[in-house]
Amino acid sequence: MNWIFAFLILGGILAAAWNGKLDSITPAALEAAKTAIERAISLMGVVGFWLGIAKVAEESGLIDSISRFIAPLFRWLFPSIPKGHPAMGSILMNLSANMLGFGNAATPFGLKAMKELQTLNPNPDTATEAMCTFLAINTSSVTLIPATIIALRAAAGSKNPSEVLGAILFATTCSTMVAVVADYAFRLLYRKIERR
Amino acid sequence: MAEQISISSWIIPVVMAAVFLHGLINNVRVFEVFTQGAQEGLQLAVKLVPYLLGIYVAVSIFRESGAVDLMVKVLNPVIRLLEIPADALFLSIVRTLSGPAALSMMVEIFDTYGPDSYIGRLASTLMGSTDTTFYIIAIYFGSVGIKKTRYAVPVGIMADFASLLASVYIVKRLFE
Repeated sequence: MNWIFAFLILGGILAAAWNGKLDSITPAALEAAKTAIERAISLMGVVGFWLGIAKVAEESGLIDSISRFIAPLFRWLFPSIPKGHPAMGSILMNLSANMLGFGNAATPFGLKAMKELQTLNPNPDTATEAMCTFLAINTSSVTLIPATIIALRAAAGSKNPSEVLGAILFATTCSTMVAVVADYAFRLLYRKIERR
Repeated sequence: MAEQISISSWIIPVVMAAVFLHGLINNVRVFEVFTQGAQEGLQLAVKLVPYLLGIYVAVSIFRESGAVDLMVKVLNPVIRLLEIPADALFLSIVRTLSGPAALSMMVEIFDTYGPDSYIGRLASTLMGSTDTTFYIIAIYFGSVGIKKTRYAVPVGIMADFASLLASVYIVKRLFE
């Protein structure tokens, strides 16, 4: 991220010098700083509101119920976790919170899941297969309700903020499927390589 | 099409109602709990402000200078081949590294092109279907002291690339 940031600013200034547009850089930068703060204020409303709802869902046990509901879907992806082990519970809580678009409620469950997966790990400095599978699903993002995005679209004046829901569902399903298949293929590949 | 739009505009209100109803049934003091969560959300949003500031300024310098046009020229073969706009390609790279930075970049795209433009919709779809892969891998493995991440990184990159391609395909298909 540091490199990208530096690249944007230095690259921009170099390009401006090249194009003879250096005098327009200062007003543009100051205008952008002002807009950033205006956006930050509307963002506060959106994020505050949605995390308020997330908290109610967490407290009422709704996330818990959903994780029990999706358990059979995900169980078979983690053959190395013994039945009834707490790691599975935390993984499911994390995935449920992610699905509802409560990304920030998801992180604590995710870290807890890693801690519990670590108790099943014979080599504490090396990732286990279950950890890799968990991260593959997690990073491919199984979002059903991307509330923040819809709210930000609305804030930006979209005529139909939720029109992208179907597209997101399609793209997220594709990427999760690719993640699951790739994870499986790599698992077999690594077993072969590491046995040698 | 019309049906899909009406279903999708129902989802959020229905979820909201379901959450509060479920809370009331389970004796949650919904208002107090809501305000606690909102408090966390506001703290999070305050943390986000410097990111927004940095990204907005950096991106606006980059845009204003004409550097975007230069980059488009350099990346033209890739853009042509996959029909991915430069902004979207860049957003998907930033997305794997930093959530707040990517979110800021998406809002900036809404500001510049409008949320209902092709790039605006593509940015929304990209943001919704990917996650901060490198950040998550670093934090999750780091939290338990794992140094050898084995194949987690290549799998994450493949999934992100899949959602970039899928997003471009579906947004073209549904909206263009």
